[in-house]
Amino acid sequence: MSRILTYREALREGLDEELAHDPNVVLFGEEVAQYNGAYKVTEGLWKKWGSKRVFDTPISEAGFIGMGIGASMLGVRPVMELMFWSFHSVAFDQLVNNAACVRYMSGGLCNCPIVIRGPANGGTNVGATHSHIPEALFAAFPGLKVCAPATPADAKGLIKSAIRDNDPVYVMENTLLYGTTGEVPDPALGDHLVPLGQAEIKRQGTDLSLIAHGRSVIHCLAAADTLQQEHGINCEVLDLRSIRPLDVEAILATVRKTNRAVLVDESKPFGGVSAMVGMLIQEHAFDSLDAPIQRVCSIDAPAIYSPHIEPEQLPNPRRIVEKVLSLG
Amino acid sequence: MSSAPALDFATAAVNQALTKEERIGLFTQMVRIRRFEQAALKAYNAGKMGGFLHLYIGQEAVAVGTISLQGPDDHYITAYRDHGHALSVGMGMNECMAEMFGKQTGCSKGKGGSMHFFAPDKGFWGGHGIVAGQTPLGLGLAYGLKYLGKTGCCFCYLGDGAVNQGAFHESLNLSGLFEIPVVFVIENNGYSMGTSQERSSAYAGCLAQRADAYGIAWDVIDGSDLYEVRAKSHIAMERAKKESKPTLLEIDTYRYYGHSVADANAKKYRKPEEIEHYKQNHDPITLFRRRLIAEGVLTDDSADAINAAAAEEAAAAAKFADESPAPTIADISTDVYWESDHNTPASRIGWHFFND
Repeated sequence: MSRILTYREALREGLDEELAHDPNVVLFGEEVAQYNGAYKVTEGLWKKWGSKRVFDTPISEAGFIGMGIGASMLGVRPVMELMFWSFHSVAFDQLVNNAACVRYMSGGLCNCPIVIRGPANGGTNVGATHSHIPEALFAAFPGLKVCAPATPADAKGLIKSAIRDNDPVYVMENTLLYGTTGEVPDPALGDHLVPLGQAEIKRQGTDLSLIAHGRSVIHCLAAADTLQQEHGINCEVLDLRSIRPLDVEAILATVRKTNRAVLVDESKPFGGVSAMVGMLIQEHAFDSLDAPIQRVCSIDAPAIYSPHIEPEQLPNPRRIVEKVLSLG
Repeated sequence: MSSAPALDFATAAVNQALTKEERIGLFTQMVRIRRFEQAALKAYNAGKMGGFLHLYIGQEAVAVGTISLQGPDDHYITAYRDHGHALSVGMGMNECMAEMFGKQTGCSKGKGGSMHFFAPDKGFWGGHGIVAGQTPLGLGLAYGLKYLGKTGCCFCYLGDGAVNQGAFHESLNLSGLFEIPVVFVIENNGYSMGTSQERSSAYAGCLAQRADAYGIAWDVIDGSDLYEVRAKSHIAMERAKKESKPTLLEIDTYRYYGHSVADANAKKYRKPEEIEHYKQNHDPITLFRRRLIAEGVLTDDSADAINAAAAEEAAAAAKFADESPAPTIADISTDVYWESDHNTPASRIGWHFFND
């Protein structure tokens, strides 16, 4: 039996279950405990688990993320919240030089089982500094894993897998998805784990593949409905879910099935996730393509503030429909 | 009127408890570090190593003194000038030398190099290349000890050039706020690369005094006196273990060589007389040797024999490193992900690597 949960509740349920599953799991970050989370993802967890397992940190990202990395080397399993993934920049040395490289530079003697989670999205009119979308940035560092769930069920399943993974996993959520709802399997049926590295077809189709992750998946599903109803084009929607590891086989399978691909990606075009996915299709499925690969990304400028226009800077159903129709 | 006699830290309980063998062991360890690095320098100049070589020569009493206090749950982490700490925790000369030679037999299989030695089984967590980048990790190791309910502490070393990095201040704040059993040790050799302390830091009295701003205990130690290093470090350890409180120690020391061997200006920003003054008057090995001879623990002959044995051990390590095999191309792709190295089910889902 499934229940309908919000994305926020699904994440919280996943965190709660992992706190119960492993006594070394600990949650910390800015406002995650007594304030109940800036986005209420962690609401109630401090009250339930107490200050040893769930605690607030000062605004000190380099300090507390580095602290989590150090503790993880001893066997603690920190789950750290970045209030915005945009704040990665002040902790970059810890996120990249320490978390990603400590295993390698120690010849495999250290490992770093941490999770860093928080929203990574545009679309909330908070300007460029708070609207970074760094999936591709961190996926570019071997040693790191990155995922970006689009639905409540995937949010729960991925956060649980991330916490159990023995490598650093950066979970990119979305403030505009926290309130969205969806079916999530009942915990009574067993652990709901979505493995890292496994994409999912969210809509079967035959004519063209829309390949996306995060909130762009929701836009793709809306665009696919419009394209079906108004233009008779039957799109398949592939949700990557995980960026690194990446389900390349699923990407190639959908392209081989439909022979056309439009990549939808909230990243900027230069070096974004879609840039990598496009290259992989070109390398491995070139002969299956009946048309050039196309992309719908954020318009290539820092995130604009204006609420009047920001939705147009990001991928949206209208832009996706137009791009698909432009393929002729 | 004569000035007051200097404090004699040999009388501290932690030093009085040392057996004759242990005192000789401390001397031997300092000599081994120096001989190891002299052999490394020779190999570096012969083109046997890549990259940088940051020598610890002159600073040996800091690592040996602090690490000689190690209990079963005490941990250590430092920056890139890490050879002394590595040997002090008990890493072998062979694996350390081979790492610098970039060989498969190195402590990090040739993947880390001179700046990145690790031995978690001995409580040594690196070897870190970015100035002050290791300070939040040291904080985290100590937090981890507290979380796991262990009675231990973490010594986190940094140079005087690291004290102006934000990560260090964040670490100090968190250590005070969360009452973390960490001992931050500023190994103050007076220079952040080619810039003297006076030209790089604003401070009142000394660098460690900055701890006052965070309500953290601090002390200043003469790093040429092994007994003083041990006595004062022991107090900081006790504070960590019994009160779960951090300490900031500033250990005044000196490096005889440049920031790294590639430091072309090493003799320009310091006068030769300054370097010579330290060698003549503050060399930690010479001073401790003199001390142990006065104590009747060592003789000139036995000290010389220790020195010769260390030189021989270092030369053998260089030979071992030279004769060891290099990593293979296949080795480049291991030790990236724990899950992949252990061939777990998770490692077999999706692509983890994206090679052409």
